[in-house]
Amino acid sequence: MSLLSVEKLSVNFPLRRGAFTAVDSVSFDLAAGETLGIVGESGSGKSVCVSSLMGLVPSPPANISGRAVFKGASLLDAPGETLRRIRGKEISMIFQDPMTSLNPYHRVVDQIAEPLRIHEGLTRKQARLRAVEAMASVGIPDAESRSRAWPHEFSGGMRQRVMIAMAMITRPALLIADEPTTALDVTVQRQILDLIKTLQREHGTAVLFISHDLAVVADVCEHLAVMRRGVMVEQGRSAEILRAPAHPYTRGLLSCHPALHEPGEPLRVMPELLDPPASEAP
Amino acid sequence: MKGRGPESFSLRRDAWNRLIRNRMAVAGLLLLLLMAGACVIGPWISPYTYYEQDLFNTNAPPDRAHWLGTDELGRDLLTRILVGGRISFAVALAATLVSLVIGVTYGGISGYVGGKTDAVMMRIVDVLYALPFTLFVILLITLFERNILLLFVAIGAVEWLTMARIVRGQVMGLRRQEFIEACQVLGYSQARTLFKHVLPNVLGTILVYVTLTIPGVMLLEAFLSFLGLGVQPPMSSWGSLIKEGVALMEDAPGQMLAPSIALSLTLFALNFLGDGLRDALDPRRSEGAK
Amino acid sequence: MIRFLFHRLVFQALPTLFVLAALSFLLVRLAPGSPFASERELPPQTLEALNRAYGLDQPMPVQFFRYIGGVLRGDFGPSLRMPGRTVSELILAKLPVSLELGFWSLLYAIFVGLTLGILAAVKPNGFGDYSAMTLALLGICIPAMVMGPVLALVFGLWLDWLPVMGWHTPADRILPVITLGSTYASYIARLARGGMLEELTRDYIRTARSKGLTEAGILVKNALRGGVQPVVSFLGPAAAGLLTGAFVVEQIFFIPGLGETIVNAALNRDQFVILGCVLLFGAFMVFFNTLVDVGLALLNPKIRMTAGRKAKHEG
Repeated sequence: MSLLSVEKLSVNFPLRRGAFTAVDSVSFDLAAGETLGIVGESGSGKSVCVSSLMGLVPSPPANISGRAVFKGASLLDAPGETLRRIRGKEISMIFQDPMTSLNPYHRVVDQIAEPLRIHEGLTRKQARLRAVEAMASVGIPDAESRSRAWPHEFSGGMRQRVMIAMAMITRPALLIADEPTTALDVTVQRQILDLIKTLQREHGTAVLFISHDLAVVADVCEHLAVMRRGVMVEQGRSAEILRAPAHPYTRGLLSCHPALHEPGEPLRVMPELLDPPASEAP
Repeated sequence: MKGRGPESFSLRRDAWNRLIRNRMAVAGLLLLLLMAGACVIGPWISPYTYYEQDLFNTNAPPDRAHWLGTDELGRDLLTRILVGGRISFAVALAATLVSLVIGVTYGGISGYVGGKTDAVMMRIVDVLYALPFTLFVILLITLFERNILLLFVAIGAVEWLTMARIVRGQVMGLRRQEFIEACQVLGYSQARTLFKHVLPNVLGTILVYVTLTIPGVMLLEAFLSFLGLGVQPPMSSWGSLIKEGVALMEDAPGQMLAPSIALSLTLFALNFLGDGLRDALDPRRSEGAK
Repeated sequence: MIRFLFHRLVFQALPTLFVLAALSFLLVRLAPGSPFASERELPPQTLEALNRAYGLDQPMPVQFFRYIGGVLRGDFGPSLRMPGRTVSELILAKLPVSLELGFWSLLYAIFVGLTLGILAAVKPNGFGDYSAMTLALLGICIPAMVMGPVLALVFGLWLDWLPVMGWHTPADRILPVITLGSTYASYIARLARGGMLEELTRDYIRTARSKGLTEAGILVKNALRGGVQPVVSFLGPAAAGLLTGAFVVEQIFFIPGLGETIVNAALNRDQFVILGCVLLFGAFMVFFNTLVDVGLALLNPKIRMTAGRKAKHEG
């Protein structure tokens, strides 16, 4: 049985005239412990898609339709109370910009401990102990002494580690990572990806990983879905998609990525591939 | 590049259109014009003067001869309110103009020159900000002759601080833009670049802040006149009329209410207009920040 | 924190007070006409004697430092109009009443303003928002000198619910405090609304939501801290405005505060009284602004740390 099953999810925003469809009838399944990456350019709707699952897209104004079932519970029409019990406990989320995602007015340790206080009713002291452990487990050196620090005293990479510690502290069944490495340096990116992979394997957490970077996603995820203009154009096992992309857009994405590119071939840029005639694409 | 290029023209037209579509702002503008017009023209066509007493007809209720009745000394209340309005508007304009000239020049230079000069100039503003401004004005009153217009020129000379800060911020942002660098490449003098090319682009912000300064100065005048430190009898101002009305409140509440309404309506009008201007000139800020 | 406070006092509070003292003293002494000039001409010998008695014949710097020295010892000089009475006496007799009026008004303004502002921010453009912002607009456009008499007329004279004169019973406080505090409550409501709304768009609010915090929890634990910062910054100017605004309210409700003393001194050109009040209010404002900075630093760890570091470098 799948952990999360999304069927014909659509999100559109009413405009002054007509509406903008950010997500158009997207369906996918995710089994427990599985990793699924969603790739697409910025604006392709991947972020809105996962945010709507978490109830983070304000509706109204957005119109959200379709079905999303998590562990047998429907997410999209769940009452606030049910959703809150899932959020941060069963499903956690980390975001693109670690610089702004942490509250500057609370100590790091308390922010990491907060999900425990909300969902497991731990006392402040117990929660802090667990939070310090969690900090150590995501590779923050001197976790004990650093725990009393404020977010602005951490670098971007360290803050993303804090976010990950916070997200993983309740041992969620599903981690949603929304472009978690985009705002980081390349070397730090690598470390964060490795960390997510390690934790995923250790705890058997399912991961829904969003990125515009095909290489990053292919590295972390067994399964891959490609989104373009709100539509999921292709999905399947990462290895297969990389080897034999079915959709011209996926081929386009592949051909303009240096890391996945055949040496010696000229590097492509995306604009010419935005609307490629199917037969001409490589 | 000039302030009156086709683009800036259409920007201005755009802002104007947004303002016109804002019903509250239009209402405020009309009300303001109406009040100011009445205060300017009213006293000329009124058969009464603000000082002429009629001791046989004191504290009269409104009738066809005296539309708002008469005061304690039988003077026509409407005429006194209109003359008081003249004072309020004149004083507000004088002080605002002075604060405008000083504030824009000071802030413009500080923001344009930047560096150490800017740091020193802004430190001075910081220190002046922390002074008890109203009491300082009262101190000025005790020192100088009781000439109200002169006093408000002095108030304007103290009131320029916020204007200077706002203009400085704007100018600093503009300074790094290419069309300003182009001016320097073309060999324009610093002063010419600042006054002809930088400041015209700050006009919108200045205009918004002016509509916020005017009610502040008006209130200060009313405050001083209410305390008896502003206009001197028999001259009237809204503050002094309210003060006179309060003394007779029990028997003739109208004498307190009429000038109160005049003052509050003007403040409403200025507020609506100011909010409307801000929204029109800076549509990004119109949401949320109310 | 102590370093921060020290830095704040030495580098900001003291220079400000010094500039204020020097500026106002110079103004007073350089103003045309003798402080003793009045309707009747004084014979030159009397004038000279008076000047000598008050030390006004000394060179300006001597006068200034002598005056400052006195002020530091709590001696604000003599009243020039009421022989035998000192400025300190005159001020101290009335100050407590004005301070009390200002204190209650500030409390009222913060309480009402924050309540309205947060209420408005919870559901922007909803009914509560419009009601709260309409009230705030009324508060801003109806100044104390209008609101006071109208409240006195309606609740005092017509309905006879509340007293409109004097400063004896707790009930005497109600109308003056509402009159004085409402304008500031309105500004606080607007600032709180704006601050909260801005705070609610931040990324960490999304993080808090994704953790499963309730909306109330998000508001109290996450948004409030940043949302009230504009309000705290405003408390400095607000306190200054309340102190001077009190003059009008005291006149309307016949409250024996400092306002009357100052107005009379201004009318009689009793310069040392005004000078003393300027310095006193200046000190009060500096004190309040320091308090506000401390408040902001307590609310915001980032300010606290950068200020501390700056202090380390400079001190």
